[in-house]
Amino acid sequence: MKIIKQAIAGTLESSDLLVKVAPSDKERRDVVIKSEVIKQFGKQINRVVTDTLDRLSVSSGEIEIEDKGALDCVIRARVQAAILRGCGSEELDWEKLS
Amino acid sequence: MKLRRSMLFVPGENAGMLSTSFVYKPDSVMFDLEDAVSPSEKDAARLMVYQALGHPAYREIERVVRINELNTEFGLKDLEAAVRGRADVVRLPKTENAEEIHALEAHVARIETACGRPVGETKLMAAIESASGVVNAVAIATASPRMMAIALAGFDYLVDMHTTRSRDGWEPELFYARAAVLHAARSAHIDAFDVAYGNVNDDEGFLREVKIAKQLGFNGKSLIHPKQIELLHKAYEPTEAEIAHAKRVITAADEAHRKGLGVVSLDGKMVDPPVIDEAEMVLQMAAAS
Repeated sequence: MKIIKQAIAGTLESSDLLVKVAPSDKERRDVVIKSEVIKQFGKQINRVVTDTLDRLSVSSGEIEIEDKGALDCVIRARVQAAILRGCGSEELDWEKLS
Repeated sequence: MKLRRSMLFVPGENAGMLSTSFVYKPDSVMFDLEDAVSPSEKDAARLMVYQALGHPAYREIERVVRINELNTEFGLKDLEAAVRGRADVVRLPKTENAEEIHALEAHVARIETACGRPVGETKLMAAIESASGVVNAVAIATASPRMMAIALAGFDYLVDMHTTRSRDGWEPELFYARAAVLHAARSAHIDAFDVAYGNVNDDEGFLREVKIAKQLGFNGKSLIHPKQIELLHKAYEPTEAEIAHAKRVITAADEAHRKGLGVVSLDGKMVDPPVIDEAEMVLQMAAAS
């Protein structure tokens, strides 16, 4: 999927996260993750984000994440929502979302 | 028999509640994609609910998804998320007639087939929120073998009836609807949920309403706040005398079964099968309290 516009999903409330995505001229994915629990769960958060982006075939774009202690399922949902909004996509491929 | 005293509303867009609601151990959790979610956040809420349905912590709790009405731009998309996410139950709001259940059932079967779920696995329930819905309650309750419950939703119903909620008595404005919905559910052999109580700071009023619902025979209530779960479960807790009687009924039934007797008797009186079912439910409720 190709990010064609800036988009945002989520909140900065506890147990949630804010995901911002934007198009990029570079042929790579730049992911920045900030989290209150980065020391304890940084690797896990990164793994969930990377897996979610891989499944959606996102190969380029800027992705900025501010996590407030969200569960994996919430991280996955928020990243998906931001990417789908950024791609202007209405059609969902459920195989890629599971 | 599934215990269904409490069905907790969880707004589909609320990450905090989605992440913690299982802690309060409601009998059923209802992820809401309808009224609790603004139109601009429906897409995100749908993904949140889809992901939450797969969370291991919800495995022990019945998972219900309230979708938007099928004649809205959101309804079918919500249904895709619910069925593909393997929700146990889909709750249709503002149900007015049996045709709406038939339409819902056809879409659910189509999605089950598309995603490899056994056809018929997803159960359905209808919320009745209008005079038409109340009048058609029997047809709605019996519209599909997938139906597992109907729920009365008070807010829209009372607007439709040109009245408001009284707070200090036996709520005569809801009497006919409660009785009609409950009779429809019982005649269809499915469960019935009473209305949600909106004032979460009024425990006394909530418990007064629980008492009415329990005495009428409702299985339980729709709940809008986790603090109402414990109050409700406590109110539905069987008394020591009820538990002792239920144990005696079950012992008598087991003994008759062991002896190969077709008729169960206790203290010289015949015990009908519905009494045995009721005794099992009492013991189940006691164990869950």
